[in-house]
Amino acid sequence: MRKGLMDMTIREAAALLDAEVLCGEDLLDREIASACGSDMMSDVLAFVKEHSILLTGLLNPQVVRTAEMMDMSCIVFVRGKQPGEAILELARSSGIAVLRTEYRMYAACGKLYAAGLRPHASEKI
Amino acid sequence: MSEPIRITYEVDGEDFMSAGTASTDMKRVLRQLGLDSEIIRRAAIAMYEGEINMVIHAHGGVAEVAIYEDRIEMNLIDHGPGIPDVELAMSAGYSTAAENIRELGFGAGMGLPNMKKYTDEMTIETEVGKGTTVRMVVRTV
Ligand SMILES: Nc1ncnc2c1ncn2[C@@H]1O[C@H](COP(=O)(O)OP(=O)(O)O)[C@@H](O)[C@H]1O
Ligand SMILES: [Mg+2]
Repeated sequence: MRKGLMDMTIREAAALLDAEVLCGEDLLDREIASACGSDMMSDVLAFVKEHSILLTGLLNPQVVRTAEMMDMSCIVFVRGKQPGEAILELARSSGIAVLRTEYRMYAACGKLYAAGLRPHASEKI
Repeated sequence: MSEPIRITYEVDGEDFMSAGTASTDMKRVLRQLGLDSEIIRRAAIAMYEGEINMVIHAHGGVAEVAIYEDRIEMNLIDHGPGIPDVELAMSAGYSTAAENIRELGFGAGMGLPNMKKYTDEMTIETEVGKGTTVRMVVRTV
């Protein structure tokens, strides 16, 4: 696994984003290597590496499926979006932590970036 | 050479929310077989994009997976509208998806290019008005 400029744990990301942990309490000490902010799942499927964190304003089960296919370990719903139980259940069964932050996409990504979390090296978006 | 493991999935064309069920299950099976995680990831992404395509463009279909000792074969078969210009459909960013699909996070025109990128072989057989079969191979050795 490629090391980012600075890897952080899901717990650290949650703290930076003042995020509420909706599921995956037991996964918070996992390391994340990079992050991606997008509402287009096909872009995520094209560019992202494993062990990343996905920030999105999109609220449907395909967000979880996308993260699952990509071996991503954490989803952050921005703008205070509250996923329903079906989404959380899917995330639990896939071993994905789900967070929720009041920050909007730009600010949420900016906070993680400023803390040293970088996109994957080959990623241009 | 032993027989491949074959799994067939019905892909429901009426239910976008449950699209991806087949890919999730295939991924679970590949994990149980202990295949390399990067190979599993590539196969799962390609299958998932294909499954989404069957749901959003072709009213569903059938996904046949065959796991051989040296490769994973995925055949996605639908009886949807077919693809009039495959070369155009394969180009990055080309999409006929409606606005409501984009609101769901798909329709960026990256599906077929992604499927090609993540697999070792991909062929599309299609006939307008009859349907489409996408065959993909991911080598495991
Ligand atoms: N199974 C299919 N049946 C009919 N048309 C398809 C199918 N798969 C793809 N297409 C066509 O090819 C285009 C490009 O597909 P894709 O790259 O997956 O992008 P997207 O799904 O985002 O539109 C689609 O917009 C659609 O017109
Ligand atoms: Mg597609």
